[in-house]
Amino acid sequence: MTTPITEEENKFNSLIRLDRMPHIWCAGCGIGPAVGCFIRAIESSGLDPDKIALISGIGCAGRAAGYVKLDSFHTTHGRALPFATGLKVGNPDLNVVVFSGDGDLVAIGGNHLIHSARRNIDITVICINNFNYGMTGGQMGPTTPLDARSTTTPYGNVEYPFNVPYLVAASGATYVARWTVLHARQLEWSITEALIKPGFSFIEVLAPCPTLYGRMNKEPQGMNTMHSYQERSVVKDGADPKDVAINYDGQIVVGKFIDTERQTFGDQCKLVLDRAKEKKKG
Amino acid sequence: MSEDGVLCGTFFMNGDVACAEGAISAGCRFFAGYPITPATEVAERMSERLPHVGGIYIQMEDEIASMNAILGASWAGKKAMTSTSGPGFSLMMENLGLGVMLETPCVLVNIQRAGPSTGLPTLAAQGDMMQARWGSHGSYEIIALAPSSPQEIFDFTITAFNLSERYRVPVLVMSDEAVGHMSEKVVIPRIAPEELVSRRRPEVAPEEYLPYKADGDLVPPMAIAGEGYRFHVTGLTHDERGYPIMTAEVQDQLVRRLVDKIRLNRKDIISYEEIGIEDAEVIVCAYGITARVARLAVQQARDAGIRAGMLRLITVWPFAEDRIRELAEQVKAFVVPEINYGQIVLEVERCTAGKASTLLVPHMGGGVHHPLTILKAIKEAVQ
Amino acid sequence: MKLWRTPFDQAEKATRPAKVLIDKERCKGCGFCVEFCPRGTLVMSDELSSKGYTLAAVADESKCLGCGLCDILCPEFAIHLVLNNNES
Repeated sequence: MTTPITEEENKFNSLIRLDRMPHIWCAGCGIGPAVGCFIRAIESSGLDPDKIALISGIGCAGRAAGYVKLDSFHTTHGRALPFATGLKVGNPDLNVVVFSGDGDLVAIGGNHLIHSARRNIDITVICINNFNYGMTGGQMGPTTPLDARSTTTPYGNVEYPFNVPYLVAASGATYVARWTVLHARQLEWSITEALIKPGFSFIEVLAPCPTLYGRMNKEPQGMNTMHSYQERSVVKDGADPKDVAINYDGQIVVGKFIDTERQTFGDQCKLVLDRAKEKKKG
Repeated sequence: MSEDGVLCGTFFMNGDVACAEGAISAGCRFFAGYPITPATEVAERMSERLPHVGGIYIQMEDEIASMNAILGASWAGKKAMTSTSGPGFSLMMENLGLGVMLETPCVLVNIQRAGPSTGLPTLAAQGDMMQARWGSHGSYEIIALAPSSPQEIFDFTITAFNLSERYRVPVLVMSDEAVGHMSEKVVIPRIAPEELVSRRRPEVAPEEYLPYKADGDLVPPMAIAGEGYRFHVTGLTHDERGYPIMTAEVQDQLVRRLVDKIRLNRKDIISYEEIGIEDAEVIVCAYGITARVARLAVQQARDAGIRAGMLRLITVWPFAEDRIRELAEQVKAFVVPEINYGQIVLEVERCTAGKASTLLVPHMGGGVHHPLTILKAIKEAVQ
Repeated sequence: MKLWRTPFDQAEKATRPAKVLIDKERCKGCGFCVEFCPRGTLVMSDELSSKGYTLAAVADESKCLGCGLCDILCPEFAIHLVLNNNES
């Protein structure tokens, strides 16, 4: 009873570049569901898609920019955030979203991550965390759990990873959440909230990488990782970000951790314009 | 200052400040930068003056972020600029390439200082000229201007914005610490809006728009974010739709167009100044601050009876190949003084194709040439 | 779950059966939809797609609650629901 889909029927097709389907992500990859949640969140938020700009970096998650039918920019590795900063400041009416991976945002882009959070630029960041560099074949990154295998940690990872929500919250983000792609409905709702909320909103999305991280760490199918999310994850809204570190096989705390208010960078820029005007008069 | 915040009048201004004012006169309303001697004053002036014209200054966390921020602002529709010196210039290279690939209009000012590495932060050099051309990876063409006075840095910054908007390419203003930190008279005219160039906008409906379908001059019309075009652009090799297509055929078409868009239009881009060329037997080919010193040396050579002339490069890139080739038929030698150990001289030498000899007058950096050094070289060249 | 009386808001809150549509060209047989459907509506079929992936298929459409979990979890945007508008 499987029927081919027609464009009129799947209403989210209007936000997918159908001429580029099927996408390059592996069977069981979590990026697809994350993009699906993002598209649904755009619908739920009521925002005008013409005013949404999507910026991504390099990596499997970075390919999302090419599949979503918005003004989208596939930029260089780690630099989606400063590009997004220029875009948002250049046109504050845009709703700017950065969609990228853990290596891109937290390793090479780490400096930009903390500064963008510090400035509280009004953008939404969706960070797909599959614990490795997928596009280049499965190397370790700053989010790879201790003892995990990867192509550059054949003897097990000996570096401590970042606790990303803690890092971003400490840098000043006003909305910090973490979900797995299994928590699809909560993820959609979180993205909707983040899109509407002014300020720097950061959502870490844990996603399976069956071909690489999963295969090298006893989860060869996307399904294995999804089951492990099912078993290991616990929802703790309002948890203190310093307590949500992830290790190899322990508890995964998900939820909305931080939801506060602070002047955005745009608000602060207005102060400059006002003060300059005052000084000119006086 | 006029009502809208743009300056107009005659001023005694230092080069960095004149550069900032040039940008503002050109319509620049976004600056992202990072402090670095000797370009810091450009940023400081922009931070003070942009609010007067409703623009925004951001001090980014590093030069890499600065380069990306100006690309983003350009895609939001703003004329955007950054300024830096050698070490920051090196950092910006990867994303200069992104600007070339995405075909983003923007201006990058390099107030050169002596290198390599940390070098002499407070002293002049012209050691980044080849890097300006080849600094990013891959095959591409770039436009670079070399001002030799605060007045020129003001004027050339406006030219840089116009060229970048016209050809949808980042344009470099390759100045140096001597010009940047020198104070001289700068006349700032009222610039009429018609004198400023803005990027060509699409004339088709959003559904029919192809981001990289070029017009006859090889430059595609540019949509900006938020207008409903729903375009996708990428640093990957892409086709007219902007979609990444990883084949040699698409690479061939794309790279040829990116390069040809500058090369084939070079007659409208290349600019130089000629002094005493018609009967010259030796030509001094110089640019930037060195051209000012060379002017005196050429004068002194003439006084000594040598038929010396000067070809002053205003655009250093694309290089004035055609003119050098022509002049090589006429003269005995080219003398190339530059504040480095030989960069633009390689281009001159290449273009003469052995028809005239080429003599480099190097200066490692930290100051400018003494005119007598150049005069000595001119005399040597005519022997 | 067996109800001992009919809830007053049954008409609004009743689950709506839906038609499940699977795009055979997009499905890569990852199994998320089959595994996470709360009612066992879907199953991995014996059919292969043109690219050689095992396709998911609807086993029993009457079981479908229209919850949409298959739709939202599919990495390929390959499955979606068309909600039937009859209240039962």
